[in-house]
Amino acid sequence: MSDVKPTTKQEIVSGIESDIKPEEFANQEYEAGFVTDIDADTLPPGLNEDVIRHISAKKDEPEWLLNWRLEAFRHWLTMTEPHWAHVQYPPIDFQSISYYSAPKSKEDGPKSLDEVDPKLVETYEKLGIPLREQEMLAGVAVDAVFDSVSVATTFKGKLKEAGVIFCPISEAVREYPELVRQYLGTVVPTGDNFYAALNSAVFTDGSFVYIPKGVRCPMELSTYFRINAMNTGQFERTMIIADEGAYVSYLEGCTAPQRDENQLHAAVVELVAMDDAQIKYSTVQNWYPGDENGVGGIYNFVTKRADCRGDRSKVSWTQVETGSAITWKYPSCVLRGDDSVGEFYSVALTKMRQEADTGTKMIHIGKRTKSTIVSKGIAAGHGNQSYRGLVNIGKGADGARNYTQCDSLLIGDSCGAHTFPYVVVKNQTATMEHEATTSKIGEDQLFYCQSRGISEEDAVNMIVNGFCKDVFNELPMEFAVEANRLMEVSLEGAVG
Amino acid sequence: MLKIENLHASVAGKEILKGINLTIGAGEVHAIMGPNGSGKSTLANVIAGRDGYEVTAGSVTYHGKDLLAMKPEERAWEGVFLAFQYPVEIPGVNNTYMLKAGVNAKRKHQGEQELDAMEFMQMIREKAKLVELDQSFLSRGVNEGFSGGEKKRNEIFQMAVLEPSLALLDETDSGLDIDALRVVAQGVNALRNAERSIVMVTHYQRLLDYIEPDFVHVLADGKILKSGDKHLAMELEERGYDWVKDEAAAAV
Repeated sequence: MSDVKPTTKQEIVSGIESDIKPEEFANQEYEAGFVTDIDADTLPPGLNEDVIRHISAKKDEPEWLLNWRLEAFRHWLTMTEPHWAHVQYPPIDFQSISYYSAPKSKEDGPKSLDEVDPKLVETYEKLGIPLREQEMLAGVAVDAVFDSVSVATTFKGKLKEAGVIFCPISEAVREYPELVRQYLGTVVPTGDNFYAALNSAVFTDGSFVYIPKGVRCPMELSTYFRINAMNTGQFERTMIIADEGAYVSYLEGCTAPQRDENQLHAAVVELVAMDDAQIKYSTVQNWYPGDENGVGGIYNFVTKRADCRGDRSKVSWTQVETGSAITWKYPSCVLRGDDSVGEFYSVALTKMRQEADTGTKMIHIGKRTKSTIVSKGIAAGHGNQSYRGLVNIGKGADGARNYTQCDSLLIGDSCGAHTFPYVVVKNQTATMEHEATTSKIGEDQLFYCQSRGISEEDAVNMIVNGFCKDVFNELPMEFAVEANRLMEVSLEGAVG
Repeated sequence: MLKIENLHASVAGKEILKGINLTIGAGEVHAIMGPNGSGKSTLANVIAGRDGYEVTAGSVTYHGKDLLAMKPEERAWEGVFLAFQYPVEIPGVNNTYMLKAGVNAKRKHQGEQELDAMEFMQMIREKAKLVELDQSFLSRGVNEGFSGGEKKRNEIFQMAVLEPSLALLDETDSGLDIDALRVVAQGVNALRNAERSIVMVTHYQRLLDYIEPDFVHVLADGKILKSGDKHLAMELEERGYDWVKDEAAAAV
């Protein structure tokens, strides 16, 4: 493995200082592009039942889970890759991917941050998320997933006191097998779709959160995913269960080092909200997007779904997606409980050759269920961007309401934005609202800001941030700042 | 201070300005009048640095510096301000936030310390009174959902905040009812001082009843055909523009 120096901000800035042209937006370099030199225990590429047995054995899994995986794998073999999304990429050779990579560590793994490989901690520090500092200052508990195994989990003590379980899913399988077994695959079944089936067969890690009845989780929970080893797909599986009256806010941040080859990321996230429970799930995704010619970058094919199982339960998805070569992602809510609420707030930015087909599904089953969709798509360079959403009002969903707003902002002349809203209504008492706009950052808007003394680049940031405001407002405060910064970094040189 | 010499400019290959000569001194108020399509707004936009206007000949110097070589924001830092004929809406961008960014960029350029949020808020509250702009407009999106009159008032408010040394008012009177016109004019008059030059582009004498110019120029077909004092504006109101054109044609 080579040791690549991180690209510094200064270098990027000096690269775009003079005479910014619209097409140079494509040349924005990737800030988080560095590789950590750590001994990894990596399986050779390829996928068969032996590989799955190996993964399961490595993790000391019980028999039922191995069988669950094998069943998913056998189902996966019968499935074909979906091609309905408005994205284009060469066929993926699933046999050329390595399905397991774990950093080698001491016998029983680290018990505290001090035991974590210093290089690993350094990696996080390069990413601007020093665990130590977060521990002390931000009050954020981080379950850090480095490639496939969670290596550091902070704030366990305080959470334990509140009765909150927050740990790597592999640990949950060992410590709370009944809980995992009760919920695993109940929101996203193994055969749900091609990538969900693949994930079920080979998932290596992810977070497990359980908030007991009536407990308000005392802090924001956060996980930082990072794809490190070459040619490893990352298949994490995250489960969050909020029992009756519980509340939790969860944030995941994602980033990956710079590579010429495409890396596959096929995660599954399952959320369950019981009566009066509330889950707020926020994502800031900054996977490596590939270069200006579309070489490299992450294929982000993710299945995220929430089951609002209980009455008056509420789930909010908030996502800020600026990375990945290809994004295929539809965080959804099944509004099963009466008076349950589903929300989806999304900002997606595609630049260079990035493609994103993203949106949500709101499945209204219970009475008086309510959903809100606010989607903001920004396309620049040769970026291609689609909103795809389904609002399904079932027969029994009396008095259901949906509000959908999808806005697209174009920067330059070579990008594209598309909207594919699907609506199925089987109950006449439903109320549906849909608004959609497409606008271009106008030269007149830029000139207006400039004539007030604001540089062109700052003006673009300002206009884009204004455009995203409705979504950023939904992010937990400390992450709203991060999102703003991420947009600014991503937009450097974005002038059209 | 502002010196325009033999300025030629085209839009999409069509020549609009055909040799403008104009000198504007400190503290002077100039009105530029003329029929539709004569090039009045083009002149204002060329001075402010809008894209899409190609200067084919001539020069514009300001305080001895070549204005045409500067980006629009650099011109703003040098003290140039354009009040837009059609102010632009920027959804989600707070009016105050944008102005603070503008003011501090300028201060930074001039080597002054940036204003903190408290100082800035205090300053803009004062300035908002000048054009009777309700405080609620300060925290709204830039021109978002403003009426025509409110947008024009917001322009003069911005001028008050940015304290330019050269203000270009592009048809600030258009779309204003008589009460709004009076408020806007009062604001402009309050901002007149010995250092600040003001260039008003307008169709009508009406505005000049409220803001009295030191000089009036008639711009037609890309050239300044006649210059005079406020009496020229009154004569134009009475007789229209044709006689000026005829006079100019006869002189050739």
